[in-house]
Amino acid sequence: MLRLKKLTKIYKTGDRALNDVDLEVPTGQVLALIGPSGAGKSTLIRCINRLVEPTSGTVELGDVELTGLGLGGLRKERRRMGMIFQEYALVERLTVMENVLSGRLGYVGFWRSFLRKYPQKDVDEAFRLLDRVGLVEMADKRADELSGGQRQRVGICRALIQNPSVLLVDEPTASLDPKTSRQIMRLIVELCKERELAAIVNIHDVALAQMFVSRIVGLKLGTMVFDGTPAELTEGVLTRIYGDEDWSETIQKVEDEDEMDAAQ
Amino acid sequence: MAISNVDGQKVWQRRDRNTQFKIWFAWFIGTAVFMWCWQQISAATTWQFFWDAPRIAADIGGRAVPPRWSYMDKLWEPLWDTLNIATLGTVLALMMAVPVAFMAARNTTPSALFVRPIALLIIVSTRSINSLIWALLLVKILGPGVFAGLVAISIRSIGFCAKLLYEAIEEIDETQVEAITATGASRWQVMAYGIVPQVLPAFAGIAVFRWDINLRESTVLGLVGAGGIGLQLQGSLNTLAWPQVSLILLVILFAVVVSEWVSAKVRGAII
Repeated sequence: MLRLKKLTKIYKTGDRALNDVDLEVPTGQVLALIGPSGAGKSTLIRCINRLVEPTSGTVELGDVELTGLGLGGLRKERRRMGMIFQEYALVERLTVMENVLSGRLGYVGFWRSFLRKYPQKDVDEAFRLLDRVGLVEMADKRADELSGGQRQRVGICRALIQNPSVLLVDEPTASLDPKTSRQIMRLIVELCKERELAAIVNIHDVALAQMFVSRIVGLKLGTMVFDGTPAELTEGVLTRIYGDEDWSETIQKVEDEDEMDAAQ
Repeated sequence: MAISNVDGQKVWQRRDRNTQFKIWFAWFIGTAVFMWCWQQISAATTWQFFWDAPRIAADIGGRAVPPRWSYMDKLWEPLWDTLNIATLGTVLALMMAVPVAFMAARNTTPSALFVRPIALLIIVSTRSINSLIWALLLVKILGPGVFAGLVAISIRSIGFCAKLLYEAIEEIDETQVEAITATGASRWQVMAYGIVPQVLPAFAGIAVFRWDINLRESTVLGLVGAGGIGLQLQGSLNTLAWPQVSLILLVILFAVVVSEWVSAKVRGAII
């Protein structure tokens, strides 16, 4: 259970990126966060694991209040939060295996990690995860040799090997082609279901969000303006989130694609 | 950009008349200054020596050929010294430059207010003094010999290596660092996993580049008594032993060519 209370972030420039956001994500729920660029989606995700320090308000994970933790405590809690990035954010010059194992850094001491002497059970788990996403042969390749979709799968493995209870996913498909986007989204949703993970997924593609998740939250200028199921996401709601535009096509297309998917 | 209207037609030229005139004027000033300097220098030149120069050069050239190959026996050791000064000097410099670079880079410095200015001061001060001058000073302090040369080379290299390295550190992709931080890694782990792999190619490149430069610089350090092949060069020049001078110059040329080749190979291997 992830709970945000009156979360507010004001940047040094005076921009109010988040405005009293209240949000609860129960265990096992995948939530899509939509909204125009600059609405504060990335800030919200980064305020949860405090890559960005929130100005006020609280974040609770289970019964731990993350916002009050010191550096050591924060590091410990970050292990429970896996993060997946838009541009994959793999360490390009390390191998796939090293990238996956880097998800265990919070559990392993400095010298062990520096000398790459990870416990065997971590290595086993890494192989299991790579197998799960179909990349087991790539384990020894350098990350910059992989395609976009493959890199994002490695990113997913890195997040999951932390054994997290929550996944923070920042635009996972923005750099991928439509087919790969679907595969990645499907994989994330499946894995969350398998492991009963709560997840917040930032996403630009409204249609894709509607296809895969059960709950959608709309953010506009740092304020929550919508919280509901994909079915409730009407033209009126989209106008409220993004502004005036002809939305009929967007929603229409989703139904078409769903039918196509069903037909396959 | 100049767009003018001539007979209802839009005419485009690269520059308008004002800019054109300014550029012409700048050229005029530049040419005038050049002519004036030319005149000053030529007035201060003793033309006898100048017209004499080709004959003297040909004379020295004639005496220098053929090189005295047997002198090579006495060159192996100073050559080895020179190589050691360059190599150990570079290693020593890198060991000192790495922490300085991390303290100077905006994204890794422990304190931008206090530590960073100190690191930048170290970089500027060691860089601004030529290694020959460092050697002159150190020969007085440490006494003549290889060690003075080694220290001179390494001090001069700190600033150079640290500056290039800290620029590389500032240019890293921050999202990779963010990703490692998000796993709950400690500060040192973030360094080892998020930053070091990204700057490693730059580091290796800087190391061989500086080694290459240091080999050249260490060949002249002997001129001020700081060891290496320069000592022999100075001795030969002072005794007008031209065949030895030509041999030493050939040896230096050969060493530099080899170092070029090595650094090119190393750089090719790491990228």
